[in-house]
Amino acid sequence: MSERRPVPFRGGGFAPAPRRAVPWIVFAVLIGLWQAASSSGLLPPLFMPSPAAIVRALRDLWFDGTLMEHVTASLKRIVPGWIIGTAAGLALGLAMGIFSSARAAGLPIVSALFPIPKIALLPVLILWLGIGEPSKVATIALGVFFPTVISAYSACDSVPRNLIRMAQSFGLPARDIVAKILLPGAMPGILAGFRISASVALLLVVAAEMIGAQHGIGAFVLTAGNLMQTDQLLAGVVVLSVFGLLISWGLGRLERSVLRWR
Amino acid sequence: MPLHIEKVSHSYGTVEALKDIDLDIADGETVVLIGPSGCGKSTLLGIIGGLLQPTAGRVSLSGPPPADSLNPFTYIFQDFALLPWRSVAANVALVLEHRGLGAAECRERVVAALALTGLTEFAAAYPKQLSGGMRQRVGIARALVVRPAVLLLDEPLSALDAQTRELLMEDLLAIWAREQSTRVYVTHNLEEAARLADRVVVLSRRPGRIREVLRIDVPVAERGRPEHATLLIDVHRRLWAMIRDEAATAEREMLNV
Repeated sequence: MSERRPVPFRGGGFAPAPRRAVPWIVFAVLIGLWQAASSSGLLPPLFMPSPAAIVRALRDLWFDGTLMEHVTASLKRIVPGWIIGTAAGLALGLAMGIFSSARAAGLPIVSALFPIPKIALLPVLILWLGIGEPSKVATIALGVFFPTVISAYSACDSVPRNLIRMAQSFGLPARDIVAKILLPGAMPGILAGFRISASVALLLVVAAEMIGAQHGIGAFVLTAGNLMQTDQLLAGVVVLSVFGLLISWGLGRLERSVLRWR
Repeated sequence: MPLHIEKVSHSYGTVEALKDIDLDIADGETVVLIGPSGCGKSTLLGIIGGLLQPTAGRVSLSGPPPADSLNPFTYIFQDFALLPWRSVAANVALVLEHRGLGAAECRERVVAALALTGLTEFAAAYPKQLSGGMRQRVGIARALVVRPAVLLLDEPLSALDAQTRELLMEDLLAIWAREQSTRVYVTHNLEEAARLADRVVVLSRRPGRIREVLRIDVPVAERGRPEHATLLIDVHRRLWAMIRDEAATAEREMLNV
């Protein structure tokens, strides 16, 4: 017997481990560097205002009520647009997932219209519906509609066929198979689709407001840019980022409560 | 229920899967179907339970189905086919909900089926929290809750490890001793065939025909006894002799597809 040498550990792989402090540190360091560069005059305030200036702009906008005015205007477009687009998209998408003839009828049209950047339809919608709110809401609804259709019917497809066979073998009526197997089974895919459609809605509301609106975050950002008010412009961008984060957080909560079984 | 399979053939497009299957199964009998991969044994099971329409031939029951059977032909699946979003009890209740039974009777039947399969304490658990063996017990409970006349088992133990398989075979035998049903059991596992079958039907490779039928005379309940140890080995050896060459050929065929 010779000397016993322990086998060295060489596992571990690339398994992600929680590093709670790291994101905050990165955030703080980046903003600190930015602020330092601004304070030392390295960054011209006109092109890149300091974080402190942006916070000041945000505070002013909050206290004089402009912020809420623009946020409300955007919400009044994005919420009805998203709801209409989602409701219609789910109706068609689920019909396509359930009925072969609905799929045969719907798929070519959806495939043809899905790739069109919906903002390109805004001028047409303005012609039809006027320059006011309906054309903007319709743009958002259209933009939300197509990805929702696609995610809803592919979510139906992703429900394991063996579960449907099982239900048929126990004599469950078609209505029950849809309600108890197809819909709950499609729910993860549908909710994942909500994330996509929410980001599409956010994109479109900003674009539509930049094209023709007095109020709304998009209009505000555009105006600030035209007036070279960079601090206000970036304050608007920060608001949009918070918007996106809130949507994603809310959808995360919804997923956790609806999909608790996962 | 006596079950009659008459001149059943099935093709998938131009591929013949089954040819001229004639088989009568007696009331309360357990018939195990074995055969090489792709011999159409699962296809035959699908046809028996009405999940597949045979190209030719028919399957019938003689006599009226038992009055208390809610679903005369009932499957137990290889992959369990449980709904991940329903608890164990709700998975079992799923197949009763559309039958118009009272809530009390539903609950009673579910509780009885869970007790029979040893799942009582897992009633509120979700499938992903259970081991493979417990999941298949849920599949068995779900089948028993409708009081099947014909139980169709599609490789029910194939997804389980060897020890769990052993335990579930014991459970199946214990359950079968208590309830009356006719059983058709598909497997590729020769030991399951030797342990569980009254009759083993050996199918040939594609197109599947009945090649041989082996009746095992010792009652299933007694096969675990030491004096029958050689019987099991003998049955196993004879079955293997019947399918070995075809299994080897079938394997080559699969690779050439």
